[in-house]
Amino acid sequence: MLLITCPHCGERAQAEFTYERPVETVIALDAPVEAAIQTLYNRANPRGWSWELWRHTHGCGAWLRLHRHTATHEVAAVALLEAGA
Amino acid sequence: MSRLAAGGQVRRDRHISFRFDGRIYQGLEGDTLASALLANGVRLMGRSFKYHRPRGALSAGVEEPNALVQVGQGGRFEPNTRATDLYLYDGLVAQSQNRWPGLALDLGAVNGLISRFIPAGFYYKTFFGGPKAWLVFEHFIRMAAGLGKPPTAPEADAFEHRSAFCDLLVVGAGPAGLAAALQAARAGARVILVEQDRQVGGTLVRDPATIDGQEGLAWAEAAKAEILAAGGRILLRTTAIGYWDHDLVTLVERRVEAGQPPGPDGLSQRLWHVRARRTILATGALERPLLFSGNDLPQVMLSTAVRTWIHRFGVLPGCRAVVLAGDDDAYRTATLLQQAGAQVTLLELRQTATVAGQPFPVLTDVRVLKATGGSGGVRSVEITVKGQRQTLDCDLVAMAGGFSPVVHLHMQAGGALDWSESDGSFRPVSPRQNQICCGAANGTGGLARALAEARSEAAALLTSLGFTPADSAPPWVQSEGTSGPGLPSLPLAAHGPAKTTFVDFQNDVTLSDIDLAWREGYRSVEHLKRYTTLGMATDQGKTSNILGLTQLAALEQRPVPAVGTTTFRPPYTPVTIGALAGAAASGHSAPRRRMPLHDQHLALDPLWQPLGYWDRPRAYPRPGETLHSAALREARATRTTAGLTDVSTLAKFDIQGPDAGAFLERVCATRVRQLAVGRGRYTFMLREDGLVMDDGTVWRLAEDRWLLTSSSGGADRMAAHLSYVRKVLAPDLKVAIANVQEHWAAVACAGPLAASLVAPLLLDGAAPAHMGLGRGVLGGTPLLVLAASYSGERAFEIYVAADQTAGLWRHLADKVQAADGALYGLEALEILRIEKGHVVVGGEIDGRTTPGDLGMGKMLRPGGGYFGAQALQRPALQAPGRAQLVGLEAMGGVIPEGSMLLPSPGAAPEGHVTAAGLRVLQGGSIALGLLRNGEARLGETLLACSPTRGVTTRVLVVPTVFHDPAGERYRG
Repeated sequence: MLLITCPHCGERAQAEFTYERPVETVIALDAPVEAAIQTLYNRANPRGWSWELWRHTHGCGAWLRLHRHTATHEVAAVALLEAGA
Repeated sequence: MSRLAAGGQVRRDRHISFRFDGRIYQGLEGDTLASALLANGVRLMGRSFKYHRPRGALSAGVEEPNALVQVGQGGRFEPNTRATDLYLYDGLVAQSQNRWPGLALDLGAVNGLISRFIPAGFYYKTFFGGPKAWLVFEHFIRMAAGLGKPPTAPEADAFEHRSAFCDLLVVGAGPAGLAAALQAARAGARVILVEQDRQVGGTLVRDPATIDGQEGLAWAEAAKAEILAAGGRILLRTTAIGYWDHDLVTLVERRVEAGQPPGPDGLSQRLWHVRARRTILATGALERPLLFSGNDLPQVMLSTAVRTWIHRFGVLPGCRAVVLAGDDDAYRTATLLQQAGAQVTLLELRQTATVAGQPFPVLTDVRVLKATGGSGGVRSVEITVKGQRQTLDCDLVAMAGGFSPVVHLHMQAGGALDWSESDGSFRPVSPRQNQICCGAANGTGGLARALAEARSEAAALLTSLGFTPADSAPPWVQSEGTSGPGLPSLPLAAHGPAKTTFVDFQNDVTLSDIDLAWREGYRSVEHLKRYTTLGMATDQGKTSNILGLTQLAALEQRPVPAVGTTTFRPPYTPVTIGALAGAAASGHSAPRRRMPLHDQHLALDPLWQPLGYWDRPRAYPRPGETLHSAALREARATRTTAGLTDVSTLAKFDIQGPDAGAFLERVCATRVRQLAVGRGRYTFMLREDGLVMDDGTVWRLAEDRWLLTSSSGGADRMAAHLSYVRKVLAPDLKVAIANVQEHWAAVACAGPLAASLVAPLLLDGAAPAHMGLGRGVLGGTPLLVLAASYSGERAFEIYVAADQTAGLWRHLADKVQAADGALYGLEALEILRIEKGHVVVGGEIDGRTTPGDLGMGKMLRPGGGYFGAQALQRPALQAPGRAQLVGLEAMGGVIPEGSMLLPSPGAAPEGHVTAAGLRVLQGGSIALGLLRNGEARLGETLLACSPTRGVTTRVLVVPTVFHDPAGERYRG
């Protein structure tokens, strides 16, 4: 179980968080159809460092960007989602 | 009796009686079941998995593959418990496994005679014999194979979880672990020391030594006392079962032995989650068996096990012993055996040994061909000495096959391994998390070296954490027992028949099985494992994996590290499922939430139905009514007079702000924004892949304030979804969302009389028009009245603050019942909605249907801009031939729930029934279904076929709305 440092709450267990998706797979509401479908079905699934969207669902509720290694589960950075967070 | 007159760490004044296979025996306090059985001369403890060969204890520890028993009774029954890892207690009841009718006379042993018909991959091979072959063999295989029986009674005792944090976690309280923990305690660090045994000492328990002028165990006890005095925590009978990400280590603490009633707290086991800043793995090493024919006979044991029986338990397992020396450690065993009074012959298996001056006979240049014996144990070994055949009579064979460091936790933590050819073992290297291995677990041999290593490694870790390690002298080892000629341990070499040379004792995998698997093309170690079952089951190959790997490497003519290892997965030793569940069992696994009206419903003694987190009334049967008749009565009352139901669990979101309407149009796939204040509308939401996610209603309470309702069970998902759209996709909108699911309760009043019952509650005395809203009050409590209909009748959802619901319910229930109406539950709700053709999440909204499939395509908002709009353009979602929602009317008979729709008998199915019901007032079986190209097939006749129920009904494809298609009734 990962230990994630929430910018608001400090070090918390992964059980408090929800994984959403890799940041680059967010599909904007106004994305063109072809691009949206590409993003939806053809994902990179990298072995290595990945920026991911998480949420401190059972804590402060903040949306976070996590820099995580998908094989070793190291977490190099946790940041609040910039705008509106 | 083979208990020695003196010696051992058992309490000779405390006798414990126990029962094994129905017979009563006596043991001593401090005994394990295995040592007590050996002391009583019981050598046969189990039968092997496949061939039912007689087996005794191979080891004296947690790695035991053979001596598995089932312990305890009723709610304390536990199968597959290692007799070598089970301490005696008064009243212990244990039974051997995998034998019928008894251990001594086991009819399954006939499998051994036909072993050439059950080779490696036998189960898989039966599948090649055509579909019938497995059916023939299945019964035979299931009868013959298997370990213990599963428990049948519910768990009797309590389990709990606990969390802990520390600077240094030390796993294993052998000499290295104790030295490391001592160092941490002296430096003032928070230390947790974990030991799977119930005493500290590790190898000092089996091997005499002198440390700092004290006997080894006395030194260990003094170290324990000092660690505790410094505030350290020592958990005995506690196993570190898993090393997870970010230095989380899980421990299972056994408060009592398997099958033993717990103390007054009722606690059987405790699962610890420990986050440590640094972890030292001082988990020791496990000895390996040697490969020769008959190496699985009772009384053929690991050399360290023999020393444990003698030094720890004061039990001499045999009088005429043969010690097979594959490493130097064998000499200790021979010495101890001789001191205990046994006749000993040591057979040096290493070609280069030159041994002189031992106090026991030593034969050099020996090859072991075969051990012979039976269920009474080994009787002789056949060997060659310098090429000459010879037979040695014996009643005990000790195998010293070298040691494998216990690297399980290191590997789980992401570490790597390095092969040492001279030791024939993998050493842990490249730790990835904050863990290091010390002592035998690190491949470091010798007591003095292990102690020094643990001390300096602990000091380095403590320094890295900012502590100043005390500058005391390292423990001084004056004696660590006798040692052999100083040679490396034996590389694998087996002689004699391969078919009876066992590599994996627990799974009956022999050398010939590995050869066969290799010849059949299973070259990868992972394939070999799955094909032969090498390294599977309760011991997970603790004694067998390295032997199997070296054999595969030899066949492949590749170095062992090139062949690789299988994955070391948690748990290290088997764990009771109850420990993983902890307190979260039965009713506590997903605590039920109570609706505000729970007590009112309970007083009516309804039939309950779980729905999401809640239990909701399914129907309120009167005496003599069944579920079906009660639900039908409730539904009929709703169609003819009035019905009242509790809909409090609906998901509800209060959405406010100048951009609230714009936000809703990003979430909902229908038109929302131009809705007038005081009006509501049906809506639905899509998933990102364009399929329908959920549906509900949206209401405009004020210019900038909206209420969104959606399905009860999907509330959490909807809350997360709204947050995602709000924060990630549309962060610039001025909108705030509050989840008010449990703040507002609601009751629904439906039926031709509903308007007249509800109108007096409204401030203006008039019931709102369909899809309109009104404000009301009851006894000073404000009400929000939404005129929405799910049943198809004129209906109102009346919202009220959750803690004020009882008054509203009582008021309306009285009025409804006075009007000859009825309270109705989920079953009536279902009957009513099916007749009205309404879709439901989990029924027609099944994660595969688009709005078009459900006949709602025209409601989609042109221009898109909502979540899931793009994916809806996928060709597959637009293609002809999709399943579409239809109504189905039975042409006689009853439409079976969940049946498939066929054009003719035996044809391929073209759809299925999603919900079956009936015409509430007229009777007659009807259903909703999803049918390929359904919209174009109205008037067609199909078969609704349920093979599981053995029912087929002719059905007519009809429009989905059976009741009041013009919608005159709900408009009122």
